Amino acid sequence: MRKLPVARLNELFAAIAAERKLYIPAGDAKTAAFTLWREGLEMTKALNTSRSAKDLFFPQVENLVDFKVSGREIEIVESRDPGESFVVFGVRACDCRSFDILDKVFLCDPADTYYQSRRENGVVVTLACKEPEETCFCTALGVDPADPAGDVTGWTEGEDLYLRANTEKGESLLAGLPLFVEGEKPETDRSVFGRLPLKELDWSAFGGEKMMELFSSPAWESLAESCLGCGTCTFVCPTCQCYDVKDFKTNDGVRRFRCWDSCMYSDFTLMSAGQPRPTQLERFRQRFMHKLVYYPSNHEGEFGCVGCGRCLQKCPISMNIVKVARALGEEAKP
Amino acid sequence: MQVNESFRPTIVAFCCNWCSYAGADLAGTNRLQYPADVKIIRIPCSCRLNPLFILRAFQRGADGVILCGCHPGDCHYTTGNYYARRRMTLLFSMLDYLGIERERTRVEWVSAAEGAKFAETMNSFVETVARLGENKRLEDLRCKSE
Amino acid sequence: MQERVKAKAIELLESGACTRVLGWKAGEFFYDVTPAVFTSREEVERDFVFGPFCGANLSKYLIAESRKGGKVGAFLKPCDTYSFRQLQKEHRVLRENVYAVGVQCIGMCDIEAVKAAGMKGVVGAEERGEDLVVRTLYGERTMERRAALAERCQVCKSKKLLDCDERIGGQGEELSSARFDGVARLEAMTAEERFAFWRGELSRCIRCNACRNVCPACSCEKCVFDNPASGAENKAAADSFEENLFHIIRAFHVAGRCTDCGECSRVCPQHIPLHLLNRKFIKDINELYGGYQAGEDPETRPPLVDFRLDDPEPSVVHERGRKG
Repeated sequence: MRKLPVARLNELFAAIAAERKLYIPAGDAKTAAFTLWREGLEMTKALNTSRSAKDLFFPQVENLVDFKVSGREIEIVESRDPGESFVVFGVRACDCRSFDILDKVFLCDPADTYYQSRRENGVVVTLACKEPEETCFCTALGVDPADPAGDVTGWTEGEDLYLRANTEKGESLLAGLPLFVEGEKPETDRSVFGRLPLKELDWSAFGGEKMMELFSSPAWESLAESCLGCGTCTFVCPTCQCYDVKDFKTNDGVRRFRCWDSCMYSDFTLMSAGQPRPTQLERFRQRFMHKLVYYPSNHEGEFGCVGCGRCLQKCPISMNIVKVARALGEEAKP
Repeated sequence: MQVNESFRPTIVAFCCNWCSYAGADLAGTNRLQYPADVKIIRIPCSCRLNPLFILRAFQRGADGVILCGCHPGDCHYTTGNYYARRRMTLLFSMLDYLGIERERTRVEWVSAAEGAKFAETMNSFVETVARLGENKRLEDLRCKSE
Repeated sequence: MQERVKAKAIELLESGACTRVLGWKAGEFFYDVTPAVFTSREEVERDFVFGPFCGANLSKYLIAESRKGGKVGAFLKPCDTYSFRQLQKEHRVLRENVYAVGVQCIGMCDIEAVKAAGMKGVVGAEERGEDLVVRTLYGERTMERRAALAERCQVCKSKKLLDCDERIGGQGEELSSARFDGVARLEAMTAEERFAFWRGELSRCIRCNACRNVCPACSCEKCVFDNPASGAENKAAADSFEENLFHIIRAFHVAGRCTDCGECSRVCPQHIPLHLLNRKFIKDINELYGGYQAGEDPETRPPLVDFRLDDPEPSVVHERGRKG
C-alpha cells in the first residue's frame, strides 16, 4: 500500500492538478462542496459535502445540442462538454456506492453517452470515514464506510494517508505520482460504527415483490401530509437521477439542455393528458417507492439508497427516508 | 473613465400608452433626434410594468432599461403611476443592493406634450449607459450572439 | 412548556372544540421534528413535542387545513402568529375554522447552527440555564444556547402573540432588534463588493424551491417559475442570470407581505442568507414609506398596494448611492 504524510497532502493535490482537473471537498460545515482545486484550497473538515459527488458525473444542468437558425437554415451543433479527464478526491463510501446505482440506470443499453463519458474520464479517489454523523446509515445498506470502493481507496491513520489502487485507472493515477513510500496500514478502529443510532434500520418490508401492498398503504397519507413539495431531498440525493429536457430560446436559435427534475414538483412528468400524480401524496410516494421498490424490482433487489443521510439533514420539515422506512416497516409487521 | 466610442448600448424604454408613447411620437414629428439604440415597448400604464419585464429585458440583451409614464397626478387610470413609483423605487434599490449598476435603470415622467423632454431623456440615458458599457452583471450568456 | 402544550392539545380534541390539532411530531433524533396533524389523545401522548427545535412555522399549513372542514387547533409561536395574521389579511386562511393557541417562545435552536459550531454526530441535547449540553457520538460538549439559535431568533423582533384564541406562557412584547445590521453592512460596501458577495451566495442555489415552498407569503397556486406559459419558467438555473432572476423576483413578490419569519434562511440546504434580501425590502419600506410590519394588524394597506402623493421618486436610489 502507498503511504504519504497527511502534511504533504497539498503536494499530492498539486501533482494531480498538474496533469488534470482535481476536485476536492472544500468549505466549512455549511458550504462544503466539491471544488476545483487551486493552490491553497484545503479539504473541508465536514464529514461530507452538502451536494453529493453525483454532480460531477451527472451535473444539474448540461447542454445537449444547439440549433442555430439563420434564415431558412438550421444548423445542428453538438454542445456537449468535450469530456476532459479529471480526478475527484475525498468521495465517501456512500457517494461511491451511488455511482453503482446510477451506472445501472445510465449505462444500460442504450448508454447515456454524456454520463458515460464522465464516468470514463473521471478517477474516483475515496476516503474512508472515521467520524460518522448520527444521520449516517450506510452500514444498514451494506456499505462499508471504513473500506470504500472507487478507483483508489484512501485512509487517514495517524499522521499518514494510505492509498490503495483498486482499478487500472487508479493504478495509473498513483503510478504517475512520485510522492509515496510503501507502508502497511494499521487496523482501522470500527467501534464508532457500532454506536450509530440508525445502524439497525430494518428494510425487510421493502423490495420489488412488495409493490402492491406498499403502493396502497394508508400510511402514505400522514407521511406526505407535511411535505412542502420542494426538491431539496431529490437534489441533495446521490442516487436521484430524474431529469427533464428543456429548450431555451437564444438570440439565434434554440439551446437544448437537460436539468435535474424532482418527483416532488407539480410538473414532474407532466403530459398533455395532465399530471399523472395530481397531489403531493402521489409525488411523495413516487420518490420512496422508486428507491425502495421500483429500483430493487429492476435491479436484483438492490435499494436505490446509499444511506448518506443528506435528506435527514436537509429536509425543511425533517421528513425523510428513515421515517418512511420506520412507518411502513411498522405497518408491515404482522 | 475610458469611454468606448464604438460601443452602442441597447436600451429598452417601456412607455405608457397615454403619455410617453405619444411623447415619443411628438419627438418624432418635431424631428427631434435621439439615438436609435432606444427600443420602445408600449405598455397600457406605467403600473403594468412587472419587475420581471425589466429583468427579462436585461436577459435578452438590454444594457439599460427606462420606464416612462405620466406625471404623478396625471395617470389615465388616476393612480397607476403612484404604485409604479413605489415598485420601481424598491426594485432599483434591490438591484443596487445586488451590486448591479444603479444607473442602468431609470424612471422618467414624460407627458404626451413633452416631445422635447422625451428626446432629452433618451439622449441623457443613452449617454449614461454608454459610459457604463455593456451589461455584464445581469446578462445571460446564452443570449449573446457569437 | 411541552406538558402544557400537550395537555392543551388533548383538551381541545377531547372537548370537541377541534377535530384535529396541528403541532410538531417527534422524529428519529431529538431535533428532527416534523409538522403533523394529531387527531387523538394517544397520538398526542406518543408523538407530540414542543421543544427547542420546533422551529417550523405552522401557519402556512393552515391554508389547506382551514379548508378541510371542522375546526383545526394550531399552536403558533409569536413569529408564526404574524404570518397567521398576514395570511388572513390576504384571505388565504379561513379564521373561523382555526382555533389558534399562541405559545410563548424563548428562541428556537437550529441543528445546523449546532453543527456549524463544530459538533459532530449529535445524538442529544439538554438545556441547562444559558447553555446547551450536547451529547455526541464522540462525547459531551457544552455550547451557549444563544449560539445554537436560528439566525432569526438571534435577532428576534417580537414576542407578541397576535390574534390568538388563547395563550400559553403569557403575552410578550416587541423587541428592539438588530435584524437590519446585516443589510446595513452590505449597503456600506461598494457595488463591486456587493456583486461579488451575492454571486458567491446565489451561485450555490440549487433551485430546490425550499425557500419558496416553506414561505407563508408564497401562497400562489401556480408559481410563475413553474408555469410554462409565463415565459420565466425554469427548473434549474442554467445561467447565473436565472439565479439572480429567481431570487430577485421572489423577494419582490413577497415585499410588503414578508413578516420576516426567517423560514427561507432556515430551510435553505445551501445556507444562502435569503433573509438579507427580504430584510432589504423591509428596511427600504421602513425608511421610505414609514415603519411597517407585515402581519401586525389586519387593516393597514400593505406598502406595495398603497401610495402617498409625496412618495420619493425612484431617483432617490441613485441619489442615495451618490451620497454613499
